[in-house]
Amino acid sequence: MTRILPVLTILLAILVFWYAAAVWMNAPWQNTLNNRAGLENVPFTSFAQQTWAQDKPVLPAPHQVVGEIWNATMGLEFTSRRSLAYHGWITLSATLMGFAFGTALGVGLAVAIIHNDASDRSLMPWIIASQTIPILAVAPMVVVGLGAVGLTGLVPKALISMYLSFFPVVVGMVKGLRSPENIQLDLMRTYDASSWQVFWKLRWPAAMPFLFASMKVGIAISLIGAVVAELSNAAGGGLGVRLLTGSYNGQTIQIWAALFIAAGLAAVLVAIVGSAERVVNRRMGVRA
Amino acid sequence: MRRDLSLFQLYLALVAMGIGGVGLALGLPTLGTAPAVEVFFALAFLSGLRLVVRFSPWLDGALAVFGAMALIVSLPGGVMPAHHWLALIAAWAFAWLFVERLSACIRAGILPETGVGLLIPIMFGLALLVVWEVVTRGANVPPVLLPPPSAIGMRLMAETHILWADFVQTFIKSVLPGYAIGCLAGLAVAILVDRSPFLKAGIMPIGNFMSALPIIGIAPIMVMWFGFDWQSKAAVVVAMTFFPMLVNTVAGLNAASSIERDLMRTYAASYWQTLMKLRLPAAGPFIFNALKINSTLALIGAIVAEFFGTPVVGMGFRISTGVGRLAIDLVWAEIAVAAVAGSAFYGVIALIEKGVTFWHPSVRGGRA
Repeated sequence: MTRILPVLTILLAILVFWYAAAVWMNAPWQNTLNNRAGLENVPFTSFAQQTWAQDKPVLPAPHQVVGEIWNATMGLEFTSRRSLAYHGWITLSATLMGFAFGTALGVGLAVAIIHNDASDRSLMPWIIASQTIPILAVAPMVVVGLGAVGLTGLVPKALISMYLSFFPVVVGMVKGLRSPENIQLDLMRTYDASSWQVFWKLRWPAAMPFLFASMKVGIAISLIGAVVAELSNAAGGGLGVRLLTGSYNGQTIQIWAALFIAAGLAAVLVAIVGSAERVVNRRMGVRA
Repeated sequence: MRRDLSLFQLYLALVAMGIGGVGLALGLPTLGTAPAVEVFFALAFLSGLRLVVRFSPWLDGALAVFGAMALIVSLPGGVMPAHHWLALIAAWAFAWLFVERLSACIRAGILPETGVGLLIPIMFGLALLVVWEVVTRGANVPPVLLPPPSAIGMRLMAETHILWADFVQTFIKSVLPGYAIGCLAGLAVAILVDRSPFLKAGIMPIGNFMSALPIIGIAPIMVMWFGFDWQSKAAVVVAMTFFPMLVNTVAGLNAASSIERDLMRTYAASYWQTLMKLRLPAAGPFIFNALKINSTLALIGAIVAEFFGTPVVGMGFRISTGVGRLAIDLVWAEIAVAAVAGSAFYGVIALIEKGVTFWHPSVRGGRA
């Protein structure tokens, strides 16, 4: 309880602030509307309610966003082009595919790096440099370029996600696979363990906590990659497309709803990786 | 078998030699059309002499460079002759052998770490560029799909004024103010929150949660609120950089140990003195970590925000319209500028970190 109470207080404060901001930011337009309708001296309570119920508000009130999310997920057929569940599913599948590729690539590179001096020296600086490049800028080109050779749909988006998510995995896994101490490696030598056995019985289990820590970061940015990649392929659908069409049509409620769904997805995905981490760590005998 | 080569290196050497021989034989019918490549094949074949005489690693490096230059010089206008691909593989094998042997020498202490250690990644980067150039031009990849690096370089030289204007709009006007405001706000809020354990307990989980969210999605909203110009981009950058800074600073302010705080108490130091002289310096590594994360995030935020609407200048604008107009080499030139700007931004912060947190073990140890 002592941990939840402060969080709830802050959340409540944010909510109150949000409603107040909605009144303040929507007031000019509401005044114009009321003037046109010939309404004068509207009492503040009903004026506030008017600002919370606009069609295309500058800042939609939280309950409008929640209502839109409810209507766009539960109120529509799943296959409908306006259903957020449908678009969320597209984004989710690209995210998961990219995340799987990225994790596999990251682990593979990490294994190559710890086993070979030359690849460590030649790859590691470039892997680090690759992340100071604003790679999301390349997203439109990758999507269009691959589209030109006939690769459309999931794969280009997944590639962007992969590029973003492999980095934390490489860095974390290199650290993790190198984490066994000399004394443990020496013990394996006294057992006459082959390098294969050292890898599977010592290095790999030792790297597990690092892998999961990296995967939590990786899946969150993998989702960002998928959303941004969708901005360049408006026909393909996805939460990014909902953001884009919302911004073209001034449908602020739709933008906020897509944003909340994306945030919810990120939270659920990170939570899933987190619980997988607990299960694996328990089975591997890691003490919390 | 020579003792100075490992088994893997020996395989690489044999592959390079064998390819040299095969390439030489395949090139015989068209002798004289590409003399440089034929010389390279001959030299590659002769490198098989390493089985009987000592062969310096530098010779491998020289062969790799020569092979790459020979290939680029003899690139024809159309599709490359089939056996020239063998030269590419051989040159790659020599480059690989070169870095393998160099890193073995460094490990054995024959060659110094500084300088030579830097040469290896440079070699790898150059090799990638050469492969890119040869593959795109040799296989006649349509420039719309992937232009060769040379074409991108030409575009970079030819369009400097456009690229500079975009750089000013995106980096100087959007990224830097947004970055400064976001980081300072994160720092200030962290210091305020730090005084109240209740607020800290409430904000930390939310801050951690927010740092994992795709905040970049607020870009369309910011464009609606603040208009098309740089203000909306700066606002996105502020929102993206705020939370990493907040979370890291709050964690960093706890980094000073209680024994150090007790010492400050015995000096009768006030809250502000403790903060300025002990806790903020102790939080330095954490703050710089956030600054480094944010330097990449800021550039990404500004560029992606420009996809949602901008005046007719800016890196994100140029990229999205360039893709639409199929001016792909201009897009790549823009990306090169963004990459250099991003790396330089990161590098400058890393340098400042080295100067400011010189006392920290990670800096003292020589590896940041």
